[in-house]
Amino acid sequence: MATANVRSSTSTTERGSSWQRSESTRAAYLYLLPALLVMGVITFYPLVYQVYMSFTDFGLKNLRVNSAPPNWVGLSNYIRIAQNDMPFTGFNFWGTLAFNLWWAVSNVIIHVVLGVLIAVLLNTEGLWGKRIYRAIYVLPVVIPALIIATVWRNMWDSDYGPINALLTTITGWFGSTQPVHIRWLESYDLPIPWIPLPLSYYAMLVTNIWLGWPLNAVVATGALQSIPKELYEAAEIDGASGWQQFTNITVPMLRPAMLPFAIFGFITTFNLFHISYFLSGGGPDHRTELLVTWAYRLVNEQKLYGIASSFAVYEFFILLGLTLITNRLAKATASYAD
Amino acid sequence: MATVTPPTLQPISRHSRGTSSGRPLKLRTQILLQIVCLFLTFTVLYPIIWVVARSIDPSSLNRPTSLIPEGATLDAYRAVLTQPTTNPVSFARLALNTILLAGGVTIFALAIGVSAAYAFSRLSFRGREQLMLAVLGVLMLPAVAGIAPLFVLLNRVVIGGFNLRNSLFGVGLAMTSGALPFAIWNLKGYLDTIPKELEEAATIDGATRNQTFLRIVLPLCTPVLAVTAFLVFLGGWTEFYLSWQFLTDPNNFTLSMALYGMVGQYAAQTPWSRFTAMALVIALPVAIVYLSLQKYIVGGLTVGSVKG
Repeated sequence: MATANVRSSTSTTERGSSWQRSESTRAAYLYLLPALLVMGVITFYPLVYQVYMSFTDFGLKNLRVNSAPPNWVGLSNYIRIAQNDMPFTGFNFWGTLAFNLWWAVSNVIIHVVLGVLIAVLLNTEGLWGKRIYRAIYVLPVVIPALIIATVWRNMWDSDYGPINALLTTITGWFGSTQPVHIRWLESYDLPIPWIPLPLSYYAMLVTNIWLGWPLNAVVATGALQSIPKELYEAAEIDGASGWQQFTNITVPMLRPAMLPFAIFGFITTFNLFHISYFLSGGGPDHRTELLVTWAYRLVNEQKLYGIASSFAVYEFFILLGLTLITNRLAKATASYAD
Repeated sequence: MATVTPPTLQPISRHSRGTSSGRPLKLRTQILLQIVCLFLTFTVLYPIIWVVARSIDPSSLNRPTSLIPEGATLDAYRAVLTQPTTNPVSFARLALNTILLAGGVTIFALAIGVSAAYAFSRLSFRGREQLMLAVLGVLMLPAVAGIAPLFVLLNRVVIGGFNLRNSLFGVGLAMTSGALPFAIWNLKGYLDTIPKELEEAATIDGATRNQTFLRIVLPLCTPVLAVTAFLVFLGGWTEFYLSWQFLTDPNNFTLSMALYGMVGQYAAQTPWSRFTAMALVIALPVAIVYLSLQKYIVGGLTVGSVKG
């Protein structure tokens, strides 16, 4: 998990004598040896090589087995990325970064709020059909993301997609005879004029909400059911209203479980390849591109291996920064619930 | 590290759920809540029903008009299971490639991951924290971000006419690069929650470290081994970007590549019935396993992220 804390597990380290420790060190490295060998070759070496590549103009010409080594270009790749100086159009590093951050934030807030509200709804005592609803609501979680993204891409289709068909049916009830023909994924127009987000962002958002809230609801349900019922009984005796019980008992008691999960969801959504790549294809005009989809396009379409490496190094530091910030936020607000 | 047990496994929950104190709902509230629940059910089920309906739709391949098709046929499934793409490659071949890839990565990553996880969780040694930070750092990076060096380096390994990059084995190696740190971290998170007393008792009884690991720790790990194996397998089952980038021979293609190949640039080109049938065929096996393992998977998501 991206949010796990290394320091908290050092308590298992015993401070024995130096002989004991070196014996234990030897045993430990025997256990680690296979994994370290494999990771050394296929994980760490490629990552170090990636840093080297990021300072070169590695391209198709250097790909063959006996081809000449690439030229050393220093920080040129890094500067070109920051200045959007690319041999193709549509690349906007800072715009993509801003969109990517907004994409993760907007999704996670909606996921968590919806997840908690629906978990509370399904936890209402005396509600009919709880088990059936819970069984149905978990379906989006179990379908592979690749399938969801490719299927929803067809759902948003402007000519034959079921979303426009459904909207046509609904507007038909209100007397409209015109078929709805919204170009969800291709339209350049901004649906809300003062928000610079194309329609495909909203299509991606709706898809990802469909995909995201059920898992949040499952986690919230688990946390809800561990809240002692006595707290609500005591609050009721003291005359607290339903809303007061929700804000003063439910929300604080859910927080220890939901916050780490929200952070996990934030990082996952930030790196969510499938929805952007398959649904909108980054379009229109690369405006719904994420960092991960650009990282892929630089390799897969542009074959600019050197620049792609610099891009990945940027990505590493952005994610490192995000992890540190979210961990700090989690700690700074921890005392609220504890 | 983590002290939270999977929430769904807590027996106490059965007796103490709910926000009201046991009185039945007012009928008006009940109806209101049912309307909300039914609306949610509709939004969840609509895309799924649409996919199922398209896959059995006999009327047209690429011009669907109504949600529920007239008449039903399994022709699309038959077509997909015989020849899913325009390439002369059978479904069985694609499925076998996918299973070999996902299964191979799973077995390899778990076999060497579990002993490393044991060392990280239970043994004290020099360099432990630095190594754990290295594993965490790799985990932080999305798999796509490592694709350039893996592609370049694997492409250099050419033995005779065999290029490691352009093979399922090469894709498997590239996938293991990310799957192994994930397996180590997931297994370690669970091992940390197992009390040490059992192992200490075994040591007092004269068991060696290897015996303790093989006879005590490994059996205790069975649930998390199953979940980690499934998650790694799921990753391999629907892996797309590495295989799409690495493989060029249609005989090596995987199911997800075939599915992506069906999504045409324009929707009019999408063979809707065959596409949806293919999507369902790929999704169904893993969805069923996911449902049966669900409570352990969700438990694993909260364990390891909650500080203890």
